[in-house]
Amino acid sequence: MIRDITIGQYYPAKSAVHRLDPRVKLVSTLLYLISLFLFRSISGYLVATLFLVTVIRISRVPFSFIVRGLKPVIMLLMITVLFNLFLTRSGEVLFHAWIFTITEGGLVTAVYMAIRLIYLIIGSSLMTFTTTPNELTDGIEALLHPLNKIRVPVHEVAMMMSIALRFIPILLEETDKIMKAQIARGADLESGNMIQRAKSMIPILVPLFVSAFRRANDLAMAMEARCYRGGEGRTKMKPLHYKHGDYTAYVIVIVYVAAVVVIGRYVPLHVWIF
Amino acid sequence: MSIKLEHLNYVYSQGTAYEKKALKDICLEIPHGEFVGIIGHTGSGKSTLIQHLNGLIRATSGELFYNGENIYQDGYNMRGLRNEVGLVFQYPEHQLFEIDVMTDVCFGPKNQGLSAKECEERALEALHLVGLKEKYYKVSPFELSGGQKRRVAIAGVLAMRPKVLVLDEPTAGLDPKGRDDILDQIAYLHKESDLTVILVSHSMEDIARYADRLIVMNKGTVMYNDEPKKVFEHYQELEQVGLAAPQVTYIMHDLAGKGLPVRTDVTTVSEAADEIIRALA
Repeated sequence: MIRDITIGQYYPAKSAVHRLDPRVKLVSTLLYLISLFLFRSISGYLVATLFLVTVIRISRVPFSFIVRGLKPVIMLLMITVLFNLFLTRSGEVLFHAWIFTITEGGLVTAVYMAIRLIYLIIGSSLMTFTTTPNELTDGIEALLHPLNKIRVPVHEVAMMMSIALRFIPILLEETDKIMKAQIARGADLESGNMIQRAKSMIPILVPLFVSAFRRANDLAMAMEARCYRGGEGRTKMKPLHYKHGDYTAYVIVIVYVAAVVVIGRYVPLHVWIF
Repeated sequence: MSIKLEHLNYVYSQGTAYEKKALKDICLEIPHGEFVGIIGHTGSGKSTLIQHLNGLIRATSGELFYNGENIYQDGYNMRGLRNEVGLVFQYPEHQLFEIDVMTDVCFGPKNQGLSAKECEERALEALHLVGLKEKYYKVSPFELSGGQKRRVAIAGVLAMRPKVLVLDEPTAGLDPKGRDDILDQIAYLHKESDLTVILVSHSMEDIARYADRLIVMNKGTVMYNDEPKKVFEHYQELEQVGLAAPQVTYIMHDLAGKGLPVRTDVTTVSEAADEIIRALA
């Protein structure tokens, strides 16, 4: 059950997208996310869709795997769509009953908003699917490095992130194990009202916290034993180097952003659905 | 009274990049009252296999019968099964959570719906069986040493009075005395109360000493399923899959090779001593 959560997970595959420098992927993802808000016409969406589909195809992450990542945010999506649908008042009234009014503008905004959100999530999860947590934090550390000058502890923040990310699968597995052990001892996790259910979590949460503290303690000890003392003067086993393909990727992304802005603005193709 | 597995398959994370066949076409029968050892390399499917025995994992395909009843049929009483098949996980001390030892051991019986008095009786009995000193009964389990915690956790399962006891490496990380104490207690229970025991272990010596039958797992399949003595005759094949026979087996083979007329199928140190004395006499 816990294994079903795919959002933020790494999907191992050999592809051009996987091989890219993490910095390229971070910057490109950011640009892509911004680009989604730079247009308001069908032509813009067509370009964004084309770009996204192409990158997904190149990345070799199965489409079904990506869709599964959308499941946890369906509620959020529904709420956004409903709010936009009923609260935007512009254009012709299409439907009216009691206090609910749907206008043409509302319908269009709702549909656009839904697509935008879905693309946002797919775009950012595509980055985590194709980048290992370690690469990701390396990339963030490198990109934020200039902030060191204004005394932001970039290395420490990156280290905390990579430790946190590293521990997610470990703690998930631990939870699974503890749940099974308590079920084997007859624990009932499924029936009863809210309070009973909350109470039945105690046999899982207490050992989980104990184990998290134990692991944190062990890790701190192991790091100290290897003379870890923060970022200053620390070298990397795999330093980040831009390669030929990374520059190409930057160019492609910039061309895409330019295309989206130009086509989205000046090729209106404003085909209203009605 | 038995556990029977028919063509059991289990696949982890089916349909994803992490898909892994953990068990392949397992057919086994474990009759009532037997002491079975399961051995195998890390990742050979031992832990996955034993989690099927009380229904914690549902097989991808195949059937599992407990006392002749298919546990995968609709409406099967899984809780009932878990009351009868007790499972002690690896490092069971990680599951302790109550404020004191006594209350923690009572958790299982309490879930079985027993009265507070019965729970306490069972807990006392179980704690006595695992040999934990009485002065610890009201202490927080987190203050105990590793070996003591392990005993408390095993008592937590024994207090449910299972008919089948499955243990996943119950002695990992214990000192030799702690290991012998726990295994001797389990062997005693097996003899006295007719308990079926399934012991997963990495130690060939332990298995040779206690088990009536040995199942060797390799890459998700059953490689051998026979008396320990007969299995250890294949010590060369065992080595090829990263396992070994008990050390005395090697000594006996070497002695026989040097011309001492000893039997080579002995598996425990005391048997070996008797055999060498017999050969020298």
